[in-house]
Amino acid sequence: MSESEYKLGIAQSLIGGGKVSRRDFIHLGLAAGLTVAAADRLFVSTARAEPMQGGFAKLGMAHGATTDSIDPAGYPDTFTQTAFSGSLSNSLTEVDAKGNVQPDLAESFETSDGAKTWAFKLRKGATFHNGKTVTADDVVTSLQYHMGKDTKSAAKSLLDSVADVKADGPETVVFTLKDGNADFPYIMSDYHLVIMPAKDGKADWASGVRTGAFVLENFQPGVSAKLKRNPNYFKNGKPYLDEVEFIAITDLAARMAALSTGEVDYIGRADLKTLGMLKRNPKVEIVEVTGYGHYTLPMNVTMAPFDNPDVRMALKWAINRQEIVDKIFLGHATVANDNPIAPAIKFAKDPQPQHSFDPEKAKHYLKKAGMENLKVDLSVADAAFAGAVDAASLIRETAAQCGIDVNVVREAEDAYWDNVWLKKPWCASYWSGRATADWMFTQAFAADSSWNESFWKNPHFNELLVQARAETDEAKRAAMYAEMQQLTHDDGGSIVLVFNNFVSAQSKKLAHGDVAPNWENDGLKMAERWWIATA
Amino acid sequence: MNPVARTVLQRLGLGLVTLFIVSIIIFSAIAMLPGDFAKATLGQSATPETVAAFQREIGIDRPPVERYFVWVAQMLHGDFGSSFASRTGYRRTVAEIIAPRLYNTMFLAAVTALIAVPLALGLGILAALYRNGWFDRLVNVATLTTISFPEFFVAYMLAYLVISRDTFIGSDFAQTLPHWLTVSLNWALNAVPKFPTLSNVNDQTPFWEHLWKVALPAITLTLVIVAHMMRMTRAAIINMLASPYIDMARLKGMSPIVIVLRHALPNAWAPIVTVVAFNLAYLIVGVVVVEVVFVYPGIGQLMVDAVKSRDVPVVQACALIFAATYILLNLLADVISIATNPRLLHPR
Repeated sequence: MSESEYKLGIAQSLIGGGKVSRRDFIHLGLAAGLTVAAADRLFVSTARAEPMQGGFAKLGMAHGATTDSIDPAGYPDTFTQTAFSGSLSNSLTEVDAKGNVQPDLAESFETSDGAKTWAFKLRKGATFHNGKTVTADDVVTSLQYHMGKDTKSAAKSLLDSVADVKADGPETVVFTLKDGNADFPYIMSDYHLVIMPAKDGKADWASGVRTGAFVLENFQPGVSAKLKRNPNYFKNGKPYLDEVEFIAITDLAARMAALSTGEVDYIGRADLKTLGMLKRNPKVEIVEVTGYGHYTLPMNVTMAPFDNPDVRMALKWAINRQEIVDKIFLGHATVANDNPIAPAIKFAKDPQPQHSFDPEKAKHYLKKAGMENLKVDLSVADAAFAGAVDAASLIRETAAQCGIDVNVVREAEDAYWDNVWLKKPWCASYWSGRATADWMFTQAFAADSSWNESFWKNPHFNELLVQARAETDEAKRAAMYAEMQQLTHDDGGSIVLVFNNFVSAQSKKLAHGDVAPNWENDGLKMAERWWIATA
Repeated sequence: MNPVARTVLQRLGLGLVTLFIVSIIIFSAIAMLPGDFAKATLGQSATPETVAAFQREIGIDRPPVERYFVWVAQMLHGDFGSSFASRTGYRRTVAEIIAPRLYNTMFLAAVTALIAVPLALGLGILAALYRNGWFDRLVNVATLTTISFPEFFVAYMLAYLVISRDTFIGSDFAQTLPHWLTVSLNWALNAVPKFPTLSNVNDQTPFWEHLWKVALPAITLTLVIVAHMMRMTRAAIINMLASPYIDMARLKGMSPIVIVLRHALPNAWAPIVTVVAFNLAYLIVGVVVVEVVFVYPGIGQLMVDAVKSRDVPVVQACALIFAATYILLNLLADVISIATNPRLLHPR
């Protein structure tokens, strides 16, 4: 290595801190034998790779309504979740880009008593925005806000398994669970379970004083929320941005236009149909992550003809999933295999065989069920997921080749979740997915869950669910989850069509590391994790 | 009693009766909406127990007739009630939710009216003056074209124009055109001001910035409403120009422009004002599509939001405001047409 190359290497490491200007760097590059253009490119790529302090990012969110509030009992969609959970607040834990649980406001956590007791130790020196130290009492009242008979929190069912939560000294919180749950720290990362200061023994959400990387400056429900950097944030160096503004842009075309003209630096849920046009813009790049979210077609297994497992199997073989991915989601989705556990999740296993379009097999199972042909209604609306109606039309075509007459019933989008989901025998549904196999199964497949959308009550599956939850031996757990995934695949009432990708678009001004798959917008934490690379 | 005052009082009384009937219609229509507010607010993930707790809190479990009278009684005391988005110890009144939105809508309507009404009247008068000439035809074709497109199309086209300002030169389309055309098109596009396609404003937006941000919505709405007013102005004036007293004026040797402005126009006000009032009402109650396209936080978007989330008090208040707007503007139009017409002012 020559002397000039050595200097260049050092200069490169200094760019991130903003200690070397572009001009000086190019000079060094020329000395090291690079061309001006090459040195410039190197400067830009290095500058983008190292987080830089400062700047103001405007983030266009795909949701936002006038009924939005900073109350963590709600947080119905990405606007409130990203702005108020991911940026303003912290939960005890968070999920990183690899899908593993990490301590957030907690410093560490440990379990005893067969995963029935969990002790979370709080981070030392973490404070609320008003300077008050975070204590175990704050954590206890914050979590109790979502528990009990009269709570309006959407996270109530999530905490049903918690028998008791209490403070053990000022820095430790101890949870006692009804049954063992080895994945409990994942549940503590949920976006509802943010830590708020206790006031008169109650969680004080209305003041907006939290622990997060940003302090709330201005919030207009359904319009925008502006937050500024929390200088006393407990994570070293974070956040990088000085200010963020979340802007509610629910109209798809308006979102794409706002990014094209540079009025926002980021948009969630880009329009797949015009993505090609956006890609041509040299200032914009697309970020695509395969998340945990998936689109399903739940069949009510307590009703004829879906009570016959062979009928369910015939339908599973009568759908051309690849065609749906290609034509409806334009390639921005991954074929699923009637297993709701996304490949990125721990203990995920792809059950065999892969269900694909095979008229012979479909007819075989239909015959096994004692039928020549079959007529079923499929109730859909785009409220379930964008493209549901089109996907149902494709299913009608392929099913017809298997002797199955699928009558596509187009339902009203309004109140779809009230009137169709869990009411009609076969309909379309959407799950944003959960970070662990246990969590997903407990909410959507357990016999006693109120959202068991296929009313599927397989005794063996439910036994395994309870056993696996408390099992701390990883190998045994893996085997149990593999068996459960095979069961949902073979016998379950939910046709899991595809895993959808989170497709967002951003100005090249913004930079970030690997993007987390657990929720949209980098696990809702984009404001804390991303930075502006001025180059 | 002064006939104008009498008419105003009469109309105001009728307006109140209409408002009362409208309130019944609004209330029953909303009571018949399918779906459940509590579920709509709490989201798909709400359990039945959560929903029941929420319903108790907002009092939606009581009978509709009782709820109607409570609502009307509150309204008569000037209280529009609390939004269903309120929580215990954190009240959000309907008035505080609607006020900034109503201001935004009025702002946009006022800006649009200030551009569109003089423009429409001017074009209408000129078109009447030079009727059947090339100017008249050009104006007619242009305004009829813009009114024929749906407003969201006009809005998206304008937004696209602003985007193309930056991206046109690098597009494939520009490469296929001959060089001179690309250059001149690019020059023309760069002459377009860089209007913001995102009109998101809040209560801290300064006045001039607010004005700048509503540029595109105001232009869109102007294009949509000008034709109606302009053609009515033209037709009303041409109608007057056929009268014998105009022939008299012409024989006196007066210039055509004076004839139109001093003799024809004063008698043509009644139909013009009615159409202007109709369009102003539209600017307040009917611009939800334009608001959505430009992300402008007006009252139309608020009402659509509220209907989606079943925020009943907000929906009811918006609907009443819309009804009152129509009634008041029509009243105003009637008063102006009476005041400008001596025959109506002094009926025998």
